[in-house]
Amino acid sequence: MKRFSVLFAFILLAAVSYAQDKPPAPQDSAKPEPSTQETRMKVLEEQVRTLAEQVALLRGELSALRDAKSNETRSADHVLLASSHLEPGTLSTASAAPVVPATLDPGPSPTPPQVAQTQTYGGATSNAKLLNPDISLIGDFIGTAGRNTISPSRSLELHESEVGMQAIIDPYARADAFISFGETGVNVEEGYVTFTALPAGLLLKVGKMRAEFGKVNTIHNHALPFIDRPLATDNLVGGEDGIDDAGISLSRFLPAPKNWFFQGTAQVYRGDSADVFSANRRQDVSVVGHLRLYRDLGESTNIDLGGSYARGHNNAGVGTTFNPENFLTNLYGADATLRWKPLRRSIYHSFLFRNEFFWSARDQLSPVNIFETQHAFGLYSSGEYRVNRRWTVGGRFDRTGRATNAKLTDSGFSGILTYWPSEFSQIRGQYRYGHLWDITNARFTDANEFLFQFLFVMGAHGAHPF
Amino acid sequence: MRNVKLYTRLMALVATLTLFCATCPSPASAASKLNIMTATTDLAALAQEIGGDRVEVESVARGYQDPHFVEAKPSFLLKLRKADLLIVVGLELEIGWLPPLITQSTNPKIQVGAPGYFDASRYAKILEIPTGVVTRAEGDVHPLGNPHYWLDPENGLRIAKGIQNKLSEMRPNDASYFAQRYDDFEKRIKQADEKWLAEMKPYAGRKIVTYHRSWPNFAEHFHLDVVGYVEPRPGIPPSPQHTVELIGLMKRDGTKVIAVEPYFDLKTPNAVARDTGGKVVVLMPSVGGEKEITDYFKLFDYDIAKLKKAFDETK
Repeated sequence: MKRFSVLFAFILLAAVSYAQDKPPAPQDSAKPEPSTQETRMKVLEEQVRTLAEQVALLRGELSALRDAKSNETRSADHVLLASSHLEPGTLSTASAAPVVPATLDPGPSPTPPQVAQTQTYGGATSNAKLLNPDISLIGDFIGTAGRNTISPSRSLELHESEVGMQAIIDPYARADAFISFGETGVNVEEGYVTFTALPAGLLLKVGKMRAEFGKVNTIHNHALPFIDRPLATDNLVGGEDGIDDAGISLSRFLPAPKNWFFQGTAQVYRGDSADVFSANRRQDVSVVGHLRLYRDLGESTNIDLGGSYARGHNNAGVGTTFNPENFLTNLYGADATLRWKPLRRSIYHSFLFRNEFFWSARDQLSPVNIFETQHAFGLYSSGEYRVNRRWTVGGRFDRTGRATNAKLTDSGFSGILTYWPSEFSQIRGQYRYGHLWDITNARFTDANEFLFQFLFVMGAHGAHPF
Repeated sequence: MRNVKLYTRLMALVATLTLFCATCPSPASAASKLNIMTATTDLAALAQEIGGDRVEVESVARGYQDPHFVEAKPSFLLKLRKADLLIVVGLELEIGWLPPLITQSTNPKIQVGAPGYFDASRYAKILEIPTGVVTRAEGDVHPLGNPHYWLDPENGLRIAKGIQNKLSEMRPNDASYFAQRYDDFEKRIKQADEKWLAEMKPYAGRKIVTYHRSWPNFAEHFHLDVVGYVEPRPGIPPSPQHTVELIGLMKRDGTKVIAVEPYFDLKTPNAVARDTGGKVVVLMPSVGGEKEITDYFKLFDYDIAKLKKAFDETK
């Protein structure tokens, strides 16, 4: 394990330093000869000259605009751009052509012409915010009614307030942080940097993140198609937090037949994830591997398959006469998703059908203190249909053993109804039935619950996960 | 012994890494085509006008698809991975789907700010830039301005100029070819624009209602007056109360034409049209919205023909 981490560090350093030494400019091949360079220089000089002229022109117009602005309050749109004075028939190349060499592009932030506009109406504050990360807050309020003696939840709670901050760090990397404030404290749900300019098509993520184990483990609470998480997640894959740990992730597209998308991901974590993995020693790191295979079956339908593996130490041997380092948990996962979304009516109708299977092999001590491995299996199967722009209906079936005792099988199903007032809020109700094993009374008991949830999003539009 | 083993593993690793690099695409030679991906079909059409046979262009979104809500499918990653240039609409139109695609493409050339990232909005005239306080009480507002700016032939020309500069910078050897293509495009678009303006002249000042705020640039260029929207706020589905108000407004103003994008449901617009004696016309905001709209010119040909017909029928 130690050697493995040394190797990993080596790849990491090599890759990062390579990425930074090498300017990501792709046009090397286009300028090998000095003659082309000279012409290039000339073109550039020409461009600088035109630019200077333009700046002078713009300055003049800007002051003219300022004067006009004081007289006129409305219809600012119409006089904003220098080029807006031009008629189509009279477009002179000099002014219609913003010969801005794009190497000067400062990135995603507003454009030179627009910056000039913001400034005209006292946009000093908005300019000050230009380099701030995109900040968002997602509030997740959950209420529960009904009967559940096995895993009861609170009647009403602000389950989570997740603050997201996302920004481009430098030309080589971007970073994403999601900090969740729950009823019991603050938790950095994810916080990682992604290196986007690595050679050989590698994508490197470093930080704390949700491990690439199956589908549901990678999805944040607010993006799930249900209020709770599947029973199999609770029993086998660490519950709500899942496999979420500090580590390093490397992924790459793999060669695949035409029209197939094939991606491999390898991750190393410290080895502390909820009740799944626990690192008793520094070298008890956990590893996660994931393969994803995807194909469009048409422009509206696609299929998404995945296989996952995770391995780490658990805490079953702690405090016993056995050596804790011998207690491992191996997890295997398979997932299959079918999506349908007609492009012409994508905001009105869509369908998603997803199945995930989990196998857990956990080393532990039997009640009579004999070393044993429990092999538990769990699955869930869920579907979601968008009926119209504002309503979706869904359902889920759960069946799963328990990691510590594979013979105890919990099962259940849910019906889910979601209403979307807009893209930025969501109201959801879920009826949940569970047939759960009650350890204290050694019998199965039924749980009937109604859950409801209000979600609201403030700030920057996050991209929707796919 | 241990060291030997470690050394062997290191060597194996180096070999693997070299292999990785060997499989990555070799730098494009000057003779090969420049691989361009665009966010929307309109930008693809403009890039094709300038790039001619020296470029290979493909769009992520289809012309009949709502460009706000494209899915970030992994199949797009395969295309973005090979792109030399990515042309985006900008103004946060693609904010819901493009950023993860760019990050996951593992293509350093098209990362935001890299030379192969081209934001077309920087070259266009942008309308409806909100002033003062911007909140989502106004719906899904675009704080940087209305992103549907390509529906103005003048903007098409400006974007084309930007693309010409970018392509010449990326392929200096082909600069004169691109310049000639641009000159040709400029000539044709000016001719076409004169024709379009002449066709629309009899309808100058006519009032229309549109479903979404996709048409301010189009309306300004062709002197139409957009008096209302079927959506109560951008991105918010029609509500009964707003629909009643809209019907009232249309009756008062004598507005008869309701323009709808191909990706919106026609139920509410049809109901409004029935009540007001108006007409619903499905206008295409993008190239490829219908099979016959194969380039930037045919987009305006199509929309203007449809509009004229609708105006004539509701005189």
